[in-house]
Amino acid sequence: MEQLINANIRITPFQVSVNGRTEYQAENFITFAEFIKPFFKSLNLGYPKFYKMDSLSKLGFMAAELMLRQIDLTRYDNNRVGVVLSNSSSSLDTDLAHQQSIQDRSQYFPSPSVFVYTLPNIMIGEISIRHRLKGENAMLISERFDSRLLFTYVNNLFREKKVDVCLTGWVELLNEQFDAFLMAVEPSTATFSGETSGALPFSPETMDELYKTT
Amino acid sequence: MEELIEKLKKEVIEQLNLEDISPEDIDTDSPLFGEGLGLDSIDALELIVLLEKNYGLKIEDPKDGKKIFHSIRTMAEYITEHQKA
Amino acid sequence: MKSVYIASDNIITSLGTTTSANWEALRNGQVGIRNISDPLLYPSPMPLSRVDNDLLEESFQLLLKEYRQEPGASSFTRLEKLFILSVHDAVSGLPIDYRNKRTLFILSTTKGNINLLETNTDPLFPPQRAYLWELARVVTGFFGFSNTPLVISNACISGVIALMTAYRYLKQGLYDQAVVTGGDILSEFVIAGFQSFQSLSPLPCRPFDEHRDGLSLGEGAGTMVLTTAEGKGVGQQVKITGASATNDANHISGPSRTGEELGLSLLNSLQEAGHQAEEISFINAHGTATRFNDEMESKAIAYAGMIQVPVNSFKGYWGHTMGAAGVIESVACVLALKENVLIRTAGFEEPGVPEPIRVITGTEKSEMKSCLKSASGFGGCNASILFEKV
Repeated sequence: MEQLINANIRITPFQVSVNGRTEYQAENFITFAEFIKPFFKSLNLGYPKFYKMDSLSKLGFMAAELMLRQIDLTRYDNNRVGVVLSNSSSSLDTDLAHQQSIQDRSQYFPSPSVFVYTLPNIMIGEISIRHRLKGENAMLISERFDSRLLFTYVNNLFREKKVDVCLTGWVELLNEQFDAFLMAVEPSTATFSGETSGALPFSPETMDELYKTT
Repeated sequence: MEELIEKLKKEVIEQLNLEDISPEDIDTDSPLFGEGLGLDSIDALELIVLLEKNYGLKIEDPKDGKKIFHSIRTMAEYITEHQKA
Repeated sequence: MKSVYIASDNIITSLGTTTSANWEALRNGQVGIRNISDPLLYPSPMPLSRVDNDLLEESFQLLLKEYRQEPGASSFTRLEKLFILSVHDAVSGLPIDYRNKRTLFILSTTKGNINLLETNTDPLFPPQRAYLWELARVVTGFFGFSNTPLVISNACISGVIALMTAYRYLKQGLYDQAVVTGGDILSEFVIAGFQSFQSLSPLPCRPFDEHRDGLSLGEGAGTMVLTTAEGKGVGQQVKITGASATNDANHISGPSRTGEELGLSLLNSLQEAGHQAEEISFINAHGTATRFNDEMESKAIAYAGMIQVPVNSFKGYWGHTMGAAGVIESVACVLALKENVLIRTAGFEEPGVPEPIRVITGTEKSEMKSCLKSASGFGGCNASILFEKV
């Protein structure tokens, strides 16, 4: 049983591409916040929870948002949609903010809304809440984007019949460096709707190629 | 009191990351929780931090939170009552 | 499909540095949560389950000698020492060549070397040590493991996910054995965070109890070695036969109102193992003793049709050891199965959850067949894993 990558999203400073096509671009030399907020607003989602998210979750959320405009998940049982993400710095970007808030004992005001984001899997939570995804989920940490790591995990989920579709990829953010690469993996037998680049076989080689070229 | 209420509205917006909301959108007497602003359990905890950080007021019993944070006005009244001169 | 057995294990917590020391403590009802006063962790005293530092240092120095490493040769953080000691205890003496390419190494942690972010920390370690993959590399490097460690950081279910992943990969035949280790340390970072959530109890936690008012934080490391080897003298008495992860898709810090997502995870694990609820000897729940978690878990157990299955939580003994919890508590589950002993839920006195779950109130002998270990965490995640006697 084989799987296919039916859509992919890439968000890097400062452009967004969907299946290899640039969909949004911003001027260089702006901050992540200055980039992601206008982009979010341009989609007119009406989802104010976005503003409470930390940067990492905002990045993951936007990647998933674009992805799910390419892939129709309503065809699937939401208990069988998998989300398997990875990154290098875990939640370090927000960890530093939380540490900052407790560093000085005379200015000791830890914030629960910051602390809750000091876990990298929270962005999976945000994506799950938004799209009501209740299936298998996992957050893996690797030094670099590791296609084999993700392939093994996701392929195993399909083999074990734990998922019918899986969102997987790399969502990394630390200070002003960010990189999101998200793929939608479906069985080769699934029909798909929406504009796609043409399905590609789900394999470490294809993932590496997509990651290099998008 | 009015000055405090206006100040509080701005602070609540900032502390809770209510970006699409301006002070004029917040009704002084409407319940903060429930409908309206769509605040959740984390927001409730953040308001406790707000009181401590901006007004030096520590809420000893978190159960008092429901009364104190009922509306902007009840927050302002609590602050006025408890803040040292 | 291969069968996956538990070959060996280790637990390091406030209650001791070996599985047997910890098990002995559990059998005797010894609680590892004590009121600790340490201004470096928190301004005022609070109940914590902390690993004895002198014992840790002493044990580690002995280990360095055993591995013929100079004490000053390289430096290891407190968490790394915990991991290394735990892994060593679990792998030593095993007739398994764990350094080969057929050995999978999985490390589970929520915050890793988070204390390195403190600006007043002795800058003995490069900033890179704050990365979880680097932490894992230091641990595997000590032993000479061949494969790049697989690192899982998925809030408090990390340990169960780690075991689940090892089980699935071994089952598929990708590896022959797996060393799964989970660990986390107490830190100012984590304590301050949980305090801001007002989720810490001023007293040792009371899972499922009517008067429960929050969790107690703990630290430690736990290791389980899994193998597919049949009859090769590694004492296959218990195997893993099912596991499942789900998400509440409800709120990032508050659990599901219905508990059905955790309930589904329990049912999935059960179904995969080909068992009925009646065959489960006990459920070791997450049981953190927060009002919301325990409530949700009782609903989940009811949803899964397991109201009659004895339930316990180990959090009253070890506190909440976060990234270590899933592994440490699973080790205890496996031992409970082997020893045929139900361990009482320390801290529990009066039922205080919506569903009438059967909380284990007395440590006693009981014929065991299989058990379910469950965990839930921030981000709405849930996981469960099924252990059964061979």
